[in-house]
Amino acid sequence: MSEQATTPEELLSRADALRGELGDSHSRFIEDIYQQAAEVADKVVSQTGQAGRFNLDRALDRVLTSPVWGLPIMVLMLGVVLWLTISGANIPSGWLATLLLDWVYNWLHTAFQAIAAPWWIEGFLVDGVYLAVAWVTSVMLPPMAIFFPLFTLLEDFGYLPRVAFNLDRAFAKAGAHGKQALTMTMGFGCNAAGVIATRIIDSPRERLLAIITNNFSLCNGRWPTQILIATIFIGALVPPVWSATASMLAVLGVAVLGVGLTFGVSWGLTKTVLKGEASTFSLELPPYRPPQILRTLYTSVIDRTLIVLWRAVTMAAPAGAVIWLLGNIDISGVSIAEHLVTFLDPIGWFVGLNGVILLAYVVAIPANEIVIPTILMLTLMVGRAAGADAGVMIEFDTARETASVLVGLGGWTLLTGINLMLFSLMHNPCSTTIMTIYQETKSLKWTTVATLLPVVMGLITTGAITWIARALHLV
Amino acid sequence: MEKIAVMSESNQALHPMCDGCARAQLIKMGINSGKWHFAVALAGNPNTGKSTVFNALTGLRQHTGNWPGKTVTRMEGLYKYGEYVYKLVDLPGTYSLLATSEDEEIARNFILFGRPDVTVVVVDATRLERNLNLAYQVMEIADRVVIDLNLIDEAERHGLEISARQLSRELGVPVVPTAARNGRGIDDLIKIVSDMATGQLISRPNRLKVYDSQFGQAVGEVTRSIESLYPGLPNARWVAIRLLDGDERIEKAVRTGELLNMVRGQNGDPAFALQGTAA
Repeated sequence: MSEQATTPEELLSRADALRGELGDSHSRFIEDIYQQAAEVADKVVSQTGQAGRFNLDRALDRVLTSPVWGLPIMVLMLGVVLWLTISGANIPSGWLATLLLDWVYNWLHTAFQAIAAPWWIEGFLVDGVYLAVAWVTSVMLPPMAIFFPLFTLLEDFGYLPRVAFNLDRAFAKAGAHGKQALTMTMGFGCNAAGVIATRIIDSPRERLLAIITNNFSLCNGRWPTQILIATIFIGALVPPVWSATASMLAVLGVAVLGVGLTFGVSWGLTKTVLKGEASTFSLELPPYRPPQILRTLYTSVIDRTLIVLWRAVTMAAPAGAVIWLLGNIDISGVSIAEHLVTFLDPIGWFVGLNGVILLAYVVAIPANEIVIPTILMLTLMVGRAAGADAGVMIEFDTARETASVLVGLGGWTLLTGINLMLFSLMHNPCSTTIMTIYQETKSLKWTTVATLLPVVMGLITTGAITWIARALHLV
Repeated sequence: MEKIAVMSESNQALHPMCDGCARAQLIKMGINSGKWHFAVALAGNPNTGKSTVFNALTGLRQHTGNWPGKTVTRMEGLYKYGEYVYKLVDLPGTYSLLATSEDEEIARNFILFGRPDVTVVVVDATRLERNLNLAYQVMEIADRVVIDLNLIDEAERHGLEISARQLSRELGVPVVPTAARNGRGIDDLIKIVSDMATGQLISRPNRLKVYDSQFGQAVGEVTRSIESLYPGLPNARWVAIRLLDGDERIEKAVRTGELLNMVRGQNGDPAFALQGTAA
């Protein structure tokens, strides 16, 4: 026996030498464990009754993971979830808007006037902080309270691994890991959570692919934007009976496009900077379990919806303050907001958006949730200042009234709406996700790629669509 | 969170037990960052219900989902039973201690270097053979192990009968059948974990006698080298086995000194992890 190693390097080289001497015998350790486990399991387990549920599971799997029906059923399920969310959220959203944006808002103004508060305190707190919070709540709460429980029910049921199974071949073709289907699905809830979930992918290359493309999963901060804009611009194109369905199809289209982009970008990266083959892995298909409906409702409403809403509110309050200040501090007679919007408008026009939208996306970097409130507040401020319609009252009880602001004051068209939906899918991740990406990759380079790639893609896409539409004289 | 030392003499005559009232004495303390007496790790294959067991004991509502890979971080919560406070650590699922992905590494590092007072291996009763592979690996390196034979209700529905008593004899550690989703068997689990933590119940894991002379000698030699290089490192023998197996991640951890970082921070207090070797 040799003397003991005194440095890590010595230890490693000694272990290396010993491994050479041992040959294959070292792997016996694990082999013996496997054999022992098999023997013991054989002794203590006995099959007594009928394995009825196995058969039920198999029958379900034959349909849900079938090469023919697997994909259509997946899209159909997403469509049903979206349709329930869109048609179900409309009415409570209207109630909340009446309550928060009409009653409470006016009451607050009356109250502040009653105590003779200075106009700027009243404006800062009521038209800035409160208004942003109220908007976020009425726009976000109802869809989330419907979407999250439905999603969690599918998760508890055991459907997610089947999604991975169905998409595995497509991911392999794109050079990505099959478990990326799971992280992508988690991204539909929250991209930061989706990025952390990539820890289940063991190959660093494939994990990077999953991290970079996670942003193409619409997160909870973006679903409400998609739903609202689709309701206003797409739902309005068809008779009211069909408007929920048309909106659903539009949002579904954007979500599916996101999945397509996930594959496309993974494939592109695999062929260029992240070359390599998809690695093999095994993923268990767990048994289907009847979801515990009441517990799911409770946890997804209390834990998930309210926590996410709280995050949105804490982001919206300071954003509302910033927007109000931007709109009310004048430089040479014109507000900062107007200066910025005027500066950004030509760039916005070039890519089929507008200055307000671009500024809103800068203000909303901390959270996607506040994009819509920011857009509405900026449109109102800038629009009013421009004297378009000084008498516009803030009454957003319904999507129609929101539409009248965007179209009437902001000058939006169907093209603006479509472009906003696409840009909402393809723009930088929120700051929380960006920080998470850095923590998980520890790489400034890949964090930058993951942040900028989607913005560039978004601007190119909306720009291309806009110029084609203009060339065809559609707008 | 801070660990409080427990004198073993004081364990006598505690826990006056009655059947089925363990849960009545359980105080779920949630994420409370107070002091604790014993650390309990929840290990197991993916999707065996570790997070469900965790929620049942701590009163926290960790997200659970019916798919392998749901938990990717280490989650800690406290519960009080009898007069002691237990820190329960929910770990990502792992098929073996030969971690390849980051979530598995988090689980492995805590089992190996976190020095849990009791390691509960949650096994899926419907897939016992494969789940036992991890149980055996954990038993190789830990003395105080409890097997939570979870999803026993599903096994019954599948017509499977599992003799917990015989399994316990074969493994040399207590086996508790549970159906954590509806709380079945949780009483027994709380009590067995407490008895083992306080030393009232002693297990003798049946380890494999696999080391043929040459391999055994090599493990011994490398283990001694590791122990002299890193005094107080828990589970030096496991590190030795991995080095002999040519595990690149462990080799890298030795080379960069990261091995010590793996030990630090497992229980919050860096000094604690490398203090005195006696458990």
